[in-house]
Amino acid sequence: MKFTLSWLKDHLDTDATLDEICERLTAIGLEVEEVDDKAAFRPFVIARVVSAEQHPNADKLRVLMVDTGKGDPVQVVCGAPNARAGLVGAFAAPGTYVPGIDVTLAIGTIRGVESRGMMCSEKELEISDDHDGIIDLPDDAPVGESYAAYAGLDDPVIEINLTPNRPDCTSIFGIARDLAASGLGTLRTPKPPSFEVEGETPVKVRLDLGGDGHLCPGFALRIVRGVKNGPSPRWMQQRLLAIGLRPINALVDITNYMTFDQGRPLHVFDAAKVKGNLTVRRAKDGETVLALDTREYTLNPSNIVIADDNGIESIGGVMGGEKSGCDGNTTDVLIESALWDPMNIARTGRSHGIITDARYRFERGVDPEYMVPGLERATELVLELCGGTPAEADVVGYRGYSARAVDFPVSEVKRLTGLDVSSDESVDVLTRLGFTVTGSGERVSVAVPSWRPDIDGKADLVEEVMRIHGVDKIRPAPLESHGAVNGRILTTLQIRSRLARRALAARGMLEAVTWSFIPKAQAELFGGGAASLSLANPIAADMSDMRPSLLPGLLSAARRNADKGYGDVALFEVSGTYENDRPEGQRRVAGGVRRGTASLAGSGRLWSNATRGGGKPVDVYDAKADALAVIEACGLPMGNVQIKPGAPAWYHPGRSGTIRLGPKIVLGTFGEFHPKALAALDVSGALCGFEIFIDAMPEPKKKATRTKPALDLSPFQAVRRDFAFVVDSTVEAGAIVRAATGADRKLITAVNVFDVFEGASLGEGRKSIAIEVVIQPTDKTLTDEDFEALTARIVGNVVKSTGGVLRA
Amino acid sequence: MTELDTLEHQLMADVAAAGDEAAIEAVRVGALGKKGSVSELLKTLGGMSPEERQTRGAAINALKSRVADAIGARKTVLRDAAIEARLLAETVDVSLPVRASPAERGRIHPISQIVDEITAIFADMGFSIAEGPDIETDYYNFTALNFPEGHPAREMHDTFFFPADETGERKVLRTHTSPVQIRTMEAQKPPIRIIIPGKTYRQDSDATHSPMFHQVEGLVVDTKANVANMRWVLEEFCKAFFEVDGVTMRFRPSFFPFTEPSFEVDIQCDRSSGPIVKFGEGTDWMEILGCGMVHPNVLRAGGLDPDEYQGFAWGMGLDRIAMLKYGMPDLRDFFNADVRWLSHYGFRPLDMPTLFGGLSA
Repeated sequence: MKFTLSWLKDHLDTDATLDEICERLTAIGLEVEEVDDKAAFRPFVIARVVSAEQHPNADKLRVLMVDTGKGDPVQVVCGAPNARAGLVGAFAAPGTYVPGIDVTLAIGTIRGVESRGMMCSEKELEISDDHDGIIDLPDDAPVGESYAAYAGLDDPVIEINLTPNRPDCTSIFGIARDLAASGLGTLRTPKPPSFEVEGETPVKVRLDLGGDGHLCPGFALRIVRGVKNGPSPRWMQQRLLAIGLRPINALVDITNYMTFDQGRPLHVFDAAKVKGNLTVRRAKDGETVLALDTREYTLNPSNIVIADDNGIESIGGVMGGEKSGCDGNTTDVLIESALWDPMNIARTGRSHGIITDARYRFERGVDPEYMVPGLERATELVLELCGGTPAEADVVGYRGYSARAVDFPVSEVKRLTGLDVSSDESVDVLTRLGFTVTGSGERVSVAVPSWRPDIDGKADLVEEVMRIHGVDKIRPAPLESHGAVNGRILTTLQIRSRLARRALAARGMLEAVTWSFIPKAQAELFGGGAASLSLANPIAADMSDMRPSLLPGLLSAARRNADKGYGDVALFEVSGTYENDRPEGQRRVAGGVRRGTASLAGSGRLWSNATRGGGKPVDVYDAKADALAVIEACGLPMGNVQIKPGAPAWYHPGRSGTIRLGPKIVLGTFGEFHPKALAALDVSGALCGFEIFIDAMPEPKKKATRTKPALDLSPFQAVRRDFAFVVDSTVEAGAIVRAATGADRKLITAVNVFDVFEGASLGEGRKSIAIEVVIQPTDKTLTDEDFEALTARIVGNVVKSTGGVLRA
Repeated sequence: MTELDTLEHQLMADVAAAGDEAAIEAVRVGALGKKGSVSELLKTLGGMSPEERQTRGAAINALKSRVADAIGARKTVLRDAAIEARLLAETVDVSLPVRASPAERGRIHPISQIVDEITAIFADMGFSIAEGPDIETDYYNFTALNFPEGHPAREMHDTFFFPADETGERKVLRTHTSPVQIRTMEAQKPPIRIIIPGKTYRQDSDATHSPMFHQVEGLVVDTKANVANMRWVLEEFCKAFFEVDGVTMRFRPSFFPFTEPSFEVDIQCDRSSGPIVKFGEGTDWMEILGCGMVHPNVLRAGGLDPDEYQGFAWGMGLDRIAMLKYGMPDLRDFFNADVRWLSHYGFRPLDMPTLFGGLSA
């Protein structure tokens, strides 16, 4: 919402400065977005050309002597065709910034003649596009005075960012009323219009809306005959221009002026072009109208139109029609002041993409009580600017306004804001804003004025009192302390998510946040793509489906980095994936990918890679280590975690695994990727990844005590024994470890696989797995016989469960 | 020169000549071993007269002692030399580079770090963290939050929709974290003090808008919480979060469907030095959050009587306050996973925000 300072002062009698007004507007909730104080115009002064001589060295240039009203005339070289002795125009001295050419003037020499300033065109001042010549003012324009003041261009323009709840401030009068209520001046009440009417308005209005009368709760129409529709006066044009509106002709300008001045959108029809009476009705399906923006709109029955015998003349409350518009030939004008349903206007405007000042106001709510007064005021302006004879208005449908009454305990102000405002002050504020307060004491009844459809409860009234009384008067008051040391506030899921992040970052991975929506093809590839998870209105085709997995986003991110020359990347994300559209369908997942040589030990070439690790292409075991690190960090007992070969289809079937906890819970998956999946994602290079479902982890068992179990340190020396078994190459190392461990769960504290060997010497389809068994005696030193027996059990167990043999 | 003198002279020469530990050991065996020259002499003492033994015996023992000392001394010298030589041989080039520790290479995304910072601050004020789903019903995202059907305020949200289901209901991607207010009130009786961080979505994209972004929302409901308390909470938060001694905040009346009265809050700052914003100084204002007293209709939607319970709520852009605090210029970079950006703007895994250790290092 834009307006000028002088326009505001039409309605507000105040001595406040521009700054004070702006500060107050913001303080009462009418946030000032921008102020143009027109300071840029200040350096331009009115000056008279005393003499104009031909430039000695240029045919098209003249050398002017210019009287700027100060000191001796100054010499200016000028190329304008209309530069002549006696012309009065706008002069800019050296040092002035000229907006239209984006130059700060300096004393210059043009073709050998010194020039000390510039006579400007309207284009150079960005007043209009006129660049045919320099500004040519009447002879009596005061030389030496400010050009902007003379031309009315110095009126500051204020733009407020109006919140959608304040239709009353879509008018400059309404803004003035708010400011006056806040104590910044006095509201000027206009003299009621008075004019003689002659006869009736011959065009009648019929509301044909069936039972949906609320769609047009009032319509007022008046003819003014014998008008002369020329350009509107300069003051009106300047105000309209200042707020960004193009003057058309007096009749149209009056409607625009009323829209901003009073928040009362109007429409004018050229009576000569209207055939028969007007009907307000729903549009027929497919009915078209050529609107004032010269576009043709195809309407439907949810749009309300004003039609005559020729068809649709106007889209009610949104935009008038081109056919019956007013122009210079208009002699009889029909002025419409009507009311429309806000929701219907919003829908109609939205569905046709029409944004107008009328729609802006009607969809917020126009003051119903001003429908007829608005018509009266518009008639008065028409008579003032265009002459003519008004007829009696035809008013249909309007049933009057019955004010809502809000029961208001004045103590609500204190209860909700903490402000100590006396009952009298609260009542006073509301009265100044136009509310009618009845009753007295602690509980009053407040009638809401017709221009405030946003007020419907106590809290709204609290806001009114508070914003006018002053928000800055509310002093911060500490929130009551719970009076104790805070306990744990995070849920297990939140704690585990944090731990997963820190654990993965501590493994050299970078946390990414990638889009929750991914391309449909990728979603389908990773087990998603259901219609219910596919956006109806995606912002881009490749951001269409809620992700079923973090991996496609991370893999794509790895590719983007590789494309930029960073091929060794380790990325992870801890976030949501979506199994269905219900709250429980949103999973909490920690996922990660490593590309190139970005292993835990480190990536890239380094002198020590051969001896100290690092720099090797990543593989399934890097992903497995990351996956297990998350589970470990989340505090799950690792002894119960099982690794099964194989994972979903996007993984390499022979180089992937699934992590389970017991028979039911899938904790996650890891591995290298299926070449087809990588090809579909257009990614390449050594890649591995994992996903851990944090939300699948069971809550830890509640512990009765924080005490850790007693530590029993054995005094006997631990012993290590090595075994190697030759087994079928399909046998899992894990099976050998389990079998060996099972030989004596008390004595055997660890079994480590320290070598895996496949070679011709073992025969086709065979491999050797070497394990180190750590034996910790607990109550005595083991004898040779004890060892022999234990060794036999270890070998026996392994042989029995894997079909292998002890390697000789 | 006596026979003993000659022997001693010879042995001392051998000791001095021994070039390594093996040579000196050979000298020791040759002199003091079982059949060594000095040991042989000692064996002769048995056949001597007591007088002879007294003089000659003492001389031989003295010789033995001097030889043994010399050998011992020489051994030490040779052992030290051997160690010296070994150490010299073992010398490596310590200027060769080693790998940085993984914990030094890894990074936490600024969003996660900021959530931890906010958690640390609000935990101190007695708040807990609440979360909710990204895919919401129209009811939780709008209706329960007092956005009437067809209200222009709904339009301002540029909502992402899912296709209508068989009942005609269209789910949405939540446009704000506020649905969690309703979910929390449904699940828990006051007093309520929660912080709601999370992902939010709007159909909008430029340098300061992204179709996916993050918000953090706060909700306090009890029987007393008012605007004055809200001012205190928000001022304390901003001071703590931006790590400055004081901030000046401006509360402007504004409008949100779910609060009444509503405010937008500006923070005084200095924006004169380009993109870097300094808080706690300067004369500019920057909008930082929206807030207000929970609307009676919202309390009712949460199953609470607005005449008994009252409270306040606020919301702000997580990404935005991250940008303000840490200076990232473009919101879109947050979601690009560019490793250069992550390494530069990310946080080390051991940089844990706490109040006792300071939020940021």
